[in-house]
Amino acid sequence: MAGKPKLHYTKGRGKMESIRWLLAAAGVEFEEQFIETKEDLEKLRNDGVLMFQQVPMVEIDGMKMVQTRAILNYIAAKYNLCGKDLKERAWIDMYVEGTTDLMGMIMVLPFQPADAKEKNLALIIERATTRYFPVYEKALKDHGHDYLVGNKLSWADIHLLEAILMTEECKPDVLSAFPLLQAFKGRISNIPTIKKFLQPGSQRKPPTDEKCIAVVRKIFNI
Amino acid sequence: MSVKPKLTYFNGRGRMEPVRWLLAAAGVEFEEVFLETKEQYEKLIKDGVLMFQQVPLVEIDGMKLVQTRAILSYIAGKYNLYGKDLKERALIDMYVEGITDLMQMILVFPFSPPEAKEKNLDSIKERATDRYFPVFEKVLKQHGQDFLVGNKFSWADIQLIEAILAVEEKIPAVLSGFPQLQAFKKRMSNMPTIKKFLQPGSPRKPPPDECYVETVLKVFKK
Repeated sequence: MAGKPKLHYTKGRGKMESIRWLLAAAGVEFEEQFIETKEDLEKLRNDGVLMFQQVPMVEIDGMKMVQTRAILNYIAAKYNLCGKDLKERAWIDMYVEGTTDLMGMIMVLPFQPADAKEKNLALIIERATTRYFPVYEKALKDHGHDYLVGNKLSWADIHLLEAILMTEECKPDVLSAFPLLQAFKGRISNIPTIKKFLQPGSQRKPPTDEKCIAVVRKIFNI
Repeated sequence: MSVKPKLTYFNGRGRMEPVRWLLAAAGVEFEEVFLETKEQYEKLIKDGVLMFQQVPLVEIDGMKLVQTRAILSYIAGKYNLYGKDLKERALIDMYVEGITDLMQMILVFPFSPPEAKEKNLDSIKERATDRYFPVFEKVLKQHGQDFLVGNKFSWADIQLIEAILAVEEKIPAVLSGFPQLQAFKKRMSNMPTIKKFLQPGSPRKPPPDECYVETVLKVFKK
């Protein structure tokens, strides 16, 4: 009997949030073990369960998986969210790499010095509205389908919704020039598993706050 | 009649080098277009061929692929270098992601300020010998096979030999504590396609020099 996947990370979004999104969207229940102190991390390292001494780590199907992209690839493929062939997968991969780059900028923002924050926030909004969102708006416009790739829900759609919501937390009206993305957001948010994940009480983590930053700094020495 | 893949990037390693390695190891001939001026780069953007306005770009099988990981995943999948099932793919992904983190340190090294270079070199040495190489040494020792995953040549092996050689260029004796990796290096270097790629006159690019750094900064200057 297969156990539920078990996620090892701090109690915050970071690099694990995309994994929580993907599992939740696929309707997969999971457990979480939170790293709260440096000692918690040291213990995992000493137990030899972190291949490169890093988290995220996800125990799934008898493996102790590390490296966010490896984990996401595995889950997407296992739950048929990565396209029907190599070419569809290539499109999904390209789209996901774009949203990863955008969310990566947002993820590090809270850890930057105060004088850099404003400039970097402006850069995030610029990149979102001139480099990333136009690509997805155009993709949806060109084929007129509900989903980004192959007329079927895939990892790319889930990741894009996560990125949209995260960017809106930075600037609420950031989608104002993107009507198709607004419709996309509405549609994907209403998928039952995703709707459930977006409700209070789910395993979705809130935006990073000062307390979370302090914990992360202490555990990882940054 | 199939057309050769066409790579667009600087005339240097950077983010395109793993792609050159993978195609070469798979025995696939390819063409290259080198970015030398800002105007060339702006033209590519204006022509709409760079999905996120970034290179690398690889034109292959009717697609204009961007995002290094998407490109590499497609090539690995196409040429059967990605394992036989999801679990093998998961291992390959984990290994490749770890190696990519190490290679990232080498990638940015030429662009770091002179006063930081010594410290960065020490970091590369420490990470290679404490975090990354021990993992692969152990994997090879435990299964005693020639290749990292599934007793078959894969993307992971190609990425690892590339990384070993790149680190050795900076730290010649770096493999001294790793007998399995020394044997692995010899074995991989002698594989016909890789042997050919390691010979002068191949598409393999030399280590980055001042000229390369200058060109990159010039092309990307705002």
